Amino acid sequence: MDLQAIAFYTLAAIMLAAAGLVVTARNPVHSVLFLILAFFSGAGLFVLLGAEFLAMLLIVVYVGAVAVLFLFVVMMLDVDFVSLRSGFAQYMPVGLVVSGLLLVEMVMVSGAVASSGAAAKVKAAAVTGRSNIEEIGRVLYTDYVYFFQAAGLVLLVAMIGAIVLTLRHKPGVRRQNIADQTARTRKSGLSIVKVATGEGISE
Amino acid sequence: MGLDSALTIAQPELLLAAAALGLLVVGAYSGRLAMTLVSWGAMLALGAAAVLAANGPLGQAFKGAFVSDGASVFAKVIIYAASGVAIFLGERWLVRAGNAKFEYPVLVLLAALGMGMMVSAGDLISLYIGIELQSLALYVLCAFQRDDARASEAGLKYFVLGALSSGLLLYGASLIYGFAGSTRFADIAGAVHGPASMGIVFGLVFLICGLAFKVSAAPFHMWTPDVYEGAPTPVTALLSAAPKVAAMVLFARVLAQAFPHDVPQWSQVVTAIALISVTVGALGGLVQKNLKRLLAYSSIANIGYALLGLASGSEAGLQAMLMFMVLYVIDVTGFFACLLALSRGGKPMETLPSLAGLVRLRPGLAIAITILSLSVLGLPPLSGFWAKFYVFKAAVSTPGMEPAAVYGLVMSVAAAFYYLRIIKTMWFDAPEGETDAPPLDARLVALGCAAFSFPLVIPALAVLDPLALAAAKAFGLA
Repeated sequence: MDLQAIAFYTLAAIMLAAAGLVVTARNPVHSVLFLILAFFSGAGLFVLLGAEFLAMLLIVVYVGAVAVLFLFVVMMLDVDFVSLRSGFAQYMPVGLVVSGLLLVEMVMVSGAVASSGAAAKVKAAAVTGRSNIEEIGRVLYTDYVYFFQAAGLVLLVAMIGAIVLTLRHKPGVRRQNIADQTARTRKSGLSIVKVATGEGISE
Repeated sequence: MGLDSALTIAQPELLLAAAALGLLVVGAYSGRLAMTLVSWGAMLALGAAAVLAANGPLGQAFKGAFVSDGASVFAKVIIYAASGVAIFLGERWLVRAGNAKFEYPVLVLLAALGMGMMVSAGDLISLYIGIELQSLALYVLCAFQRDDARASEAGLKYFVLGALSSGLLLYGASLIYGFAGSTRFADIAGAVHGPASMGIVFGLVFLICGLAFKVSAAPFHMWTPDVYEGAPTPVTALLSAAPKVAAMVLFARVLAQAFPHDVPQWSQVVTAIALISVTVGALGGLVQKNLKRLLAYSSIANIGYALLGLASGSEAGLQAMLMFMVLYVIDVTGFFACLLALSRGGKPMETLPSLAGLVRLRPGLAIAITILSLSVLGLPPLSGFWAKFYVFKAAVSTPGMEPAAVYGLVMSVAAAFYYLRIIKTMWFDAPEGETDAPPLDARLVALGCAAFSFPLVIPALAVLDPLALAAAKAFGLA
């Protein structure tokens, strides 16, 4: 067994174990931490494949942004996970049947892969001598430009949706108005009043 | 193929995308005028996109990911028209509801753009991105009345179940990609010869499940009644019309162009889904008192008939499906326009008993609802009859489909009960009290659609028939 195989099996085993713990961990914060571990092992697998740019991207985007965001949400939202789990036993039989069916299907499909060999049909990537990041940029803006731009529109819709559904204009909120603020003079901003003893100031 | 010609082929979609971005900026800076300005701008853009689609060049762009052919043009004209009507109905409605936010027309525009991408998809990736763009905009539109608990529930339910169905669809797509070695429909068709392998069949079934959810066919229909009931009525009018056309055409395209050698395999699955939908729609509607829920079950049943046309797996079947969808879209838009026009004491009349004696209060609208009910029921010579006529003719002429056609016919008789009950309530029950004056916009659309159902449909058929046939030819099935 060469070094690459050892690295692959170690990383894959860690990833699977972490994925299992994400689902089974009782504390949701632990779940997110195991998710981060799974992402790291995934990044390791990408490096093994020679896709170092994707590996870095996985760490920067998923670990650095998405998982940390998850962590914040889990910690800040006061979700009662115990009550969420209360229906667990009730829905368990249905869930078991569905996941059992899926498992059988996956086993059958992997059997089909093993017998016919899906990998045989996939053309091996041509060696071009260009770096990973250069190659991805090249396809993203040529062959996949339509998908890339359309995905941008999907994200735009998500942004509009979030604003439409949550933004509320509250009356009486003081906003910054630079022109007004710099145009303030001593006359408009300051007034001297004589305060009667024991009365205080009211507007 | 250079980028220039690709951009020419995608003209209508580029126009819509540019219009959505431009109107967003216009809306943000035009103060109180925003709603009117953006709405009419969006309707103008949809009209221009429909004209561009009808006159634009045909062909493939972006290495086959975007296809413009007879079928996509036919569907785009309907989709853009139906979306325009939804903006027209929604604009005044939202102003009356005190929620006139200019994002409504922009989101409808983006949903229409997604639908245009769906009907032009020639690749599994563009299929998925089109569906997501359309669905995401619709989720937001469902929850647009954010202070209404039912609307928020509808939006959330649609979102969660939509995400689940997208998961099924992606799982199917990844299996197909894994076994065929390509995401392009033409390449998949080239890779899958003769009897499909186990992996392909699994992928295909998952893909069909995901798409069946998007067209709200049983057994993936659970979300439909709740979402229809909770969403703002103009949004429900949109939901039941344009996205259904887009999803049906996409359904037909992926099956006919990616799996042309496996017609018997997918035909079985689609027939089963069609028959379950027809049954669920007919029986589920019997117990509904809320008109929006009732129309939801009606749309489940009608999608069943359209799927029956698709299941025939022939050119005639696809023509029948396209004809059915056009006529159904006009009927259902008219129905929802009637619901938008009716209110009592400022509250919408959404239950069946509230329609009692409507013919004495609002004779014009009552006659419109009567015509539309009789049409959806399938009474000759109204438009709904012709829609079902095409489907059953295609099904009967396909060997092995005769029992399915007979069963569909029986179920359409069962469903007739609830349409007749609406008519009976309006014509023979005692009225409950005065209704509010119907708004002009909704009344206009309602009467227009009713007039199309009968008698305008007769001359329209002569025009639509050859167009639908030319569109069906583009799918490339014999």
